[in-house]
Amino acid sequence: MSSETQTQKSALPSLPKARTGIVGLDEISEGGLPKGRPTLICGAAGSGKTLFSMEFLVHGALKFNEPGVFMAFEEKAEELTMNVASLGFDLQQLQQDKLIKLDHVHVERSEIEETGEYDLEGLFIRLGYAIDTLGAKRVVLDTIESLFSGLTNMAILRAELRRLFDWLKEKGVTTIITGEKGEGSLTRQGLEEYVSDCVILLDHRVVNKISTRILRIVKYRGSVHGTNEYPFLIDEEGISVLPVTSLTLKHQVSSQLISTGIPSLDSMLDGKGFYRGGSILVSGSAGTGKTSIAGSFAHSTCQNGERCLYLAFEESPGQIIRNMNSIGMDLQTHIDKGLLRFQASRPTLHGLEMHLLSFIKQVDDFKPSVVILDPITNLVTVGSVSEVKNLLIRLIDFLQNSQITVMFTALTLMNSPSEQTDENVSSLVDTWLMVRDIETNGERNRGMYVMKSRGMKHSNQIREFVISEEGLRLVDVFLGPSGVLTGSSREAQQLLERTGEVLWDHALSRKDREIERKKMVLEAKISSLKEEFESMQDELNRAYIEEELRKEVQEKNREEMTRKRDSSK
Amino acid sequence: MNELYNILAEEENDDANRHYVLRLFITGASLNSRRAVVNIREICDVHIKGKYTLEIVDVYQQKAVAEKEQIIALPLLIKCFPLPERRMIGDMSDTQKVLKGLGLIN
Repeated sequence: MSSETQTQKSALPSLPKARTGIVGLDEISEGGLPKGRPTLICGAAGSGKTLFSMEFLVHGALKFNEPGVFMAFEEKAEELTMNVASLGFDLQQLQQDKLIKLDHVHVERSEIEETGEYDLEGLFIRLGYAIDTLGAKRVVLDTIESLFSGLTNMAILRAELRRLFDWLKEKGVTTIITGEKGEGSLTRQGLEEYVSDCVILLDHRVVNKISTRILRIVKYRGSVHGTNEYPFLIDEEGISVLPVTSLTLKHQVSSQLISTGIPSLDSMLDGKGFYRGGSILVSGSAGTGKTSIAGSFAHSTCQNGERCLYLAFEESPGQIIRNMNSIGMDLQTHIDKGLLRFQASRPTLHGLEMHLLSFIKQVDDFKPSVVILDPITNLVTVGSVSEVKNLLIRLIDFLQNSQITVMFTALTLMNSPSEQTDENVSSLVDTWLMVRDIETNGERNRGMYVMKSRGMKHSNQIREFVISEEGLRLVDVFLGPSGVLTGSSREAQQLLERTGEVLWDHALSRKDREIERKKMVLEAKISSLKEEFESMQDELNRAYIEEELRKEVQEKNREEMTRKRDSSK
Repeated sequence: MNELYNILAEEENDDANRHYVLRLFITGASLNSRRAVVNIREICDVHIKGKYTLEIVDVYQQKAVAEKEQIIALPLLIKCFPLPERRMIGDMSDTQKVLKGLGLIN
């Protein structure tokens, strides 16, 4: 029973969709626009409605074998052809190939006198004829609202429009109707009343003099769709929408570690480096060598034969290459090999969303394994801190999904409370390196420490960070009696200790000699005592022997005497 | 056709003898179309009797003409001559407006 309902469920016809071919839109609309139904695209002037619909038509004709009719109420066919030629769409050729039909509808109130009841059958016939001759599956009406300015009888117009949309549905053509955004409503003439299947809103916002294009699916009957505002980009390849906010935290994680390019920094990070696909923040005050760290990371990535995309917001590529050259890193060879790509632009070039889009387009195009953003601080000039954070979240998510390691550099101001960029971004990143200048004894030295590094045992020490012609190096921490020493005071202390060592050595040898001398003295004493003892022993021995001898002689004498006496008897 | 226009142009100065060339576009035998035909005939017969040529075109029969003549609303009456060209849409029931469109009244 249950299996039966299941098969029934899957057999239910789902809403057929017509792919638009517009990058990203087919993803957020889960397949495209409702096939055979009208869709309303509304937005203010210059929001990209015409381009949107033209792309829909051209992609339909070229990629999906669905010829289309473009009925233009505003622009003439020649103007349209010219306008989209920059995107590489050859409308003239497409018209010759009978894939697309352009029809310019001219309505001018001053030329028309209304003399009673009429209908829009002329439009129906015209459109119907075009559809039938081409076998069109797609239709664009851009912008049908122009009729309202050309004709005065609203009652007829509204009734006829309703009829038109029904008729288009009956014909089974996928239609885009564009409409100008009105005050307090989606379109000036309330077209949304008639077109109720799918409504897409295009917007063009200018905040702080920087514009961002936004697309939102307001409604989509009978289909699941993304509901967010999606920024989109119009460039030489046409429209691209990127569903960058529909991300979840489900990306794969890698336990592979990649070198930072600075061996001594690697050793601070559990001896290996950063996790692949991780995010790294390098923050510090001005002139602490953030770009150099980023540069050496890029250098080492390229040396390992991997690609690196370097997005610079402050310096031009030439400047970075020159500067890195001065510390012994030749980035130019990597560029020549196609492993390194620089993308330098001022943050104010466009809005944050556009930046994100262009990052992602670059990444998709270049497929790097490491992306460097240097520095993110400047992005704040085009958006608020929270917006920048939002952008970075999405960027990190996107990059982590593709297993791309990302390094940000950020500037912190020493004497102001605005370690803002840090505080807001630091929670996002996996590894946070902090470079600080340590000012002592009238000199400025760089100190580096690892604030955090998720998932590894990292050093908790402040290391002195030295930039020299040979590259970057971390010097071992030097603890003097008054704390951590850096720079010349470190060297002074080292010198001092070396002197101490020499003195100590000297003192040691003097003591040794004294001991030797004492030993000799004592040994001399011992030998004289020994001699004394021997002479005493001799003395004793002599007395003992004399006694023996005397005893022996006496005995002999006594025996002699006894014998002599016996014989005399 | 061109020759006809030339002849007509010569006559243009002569107001009373001005010849009217009208084209009426209709959609088959729809209510509006039938009314338009009746109305325009009546107006012409009253005001410019014998001085007009009326061509009636059924757009259903010649669909390509719709694009060529920039047709949206129907019925449509085009006054091709005398110049300027004027377009009138509707069933021609508003006689005053039709006369204005034809340039017969101001």
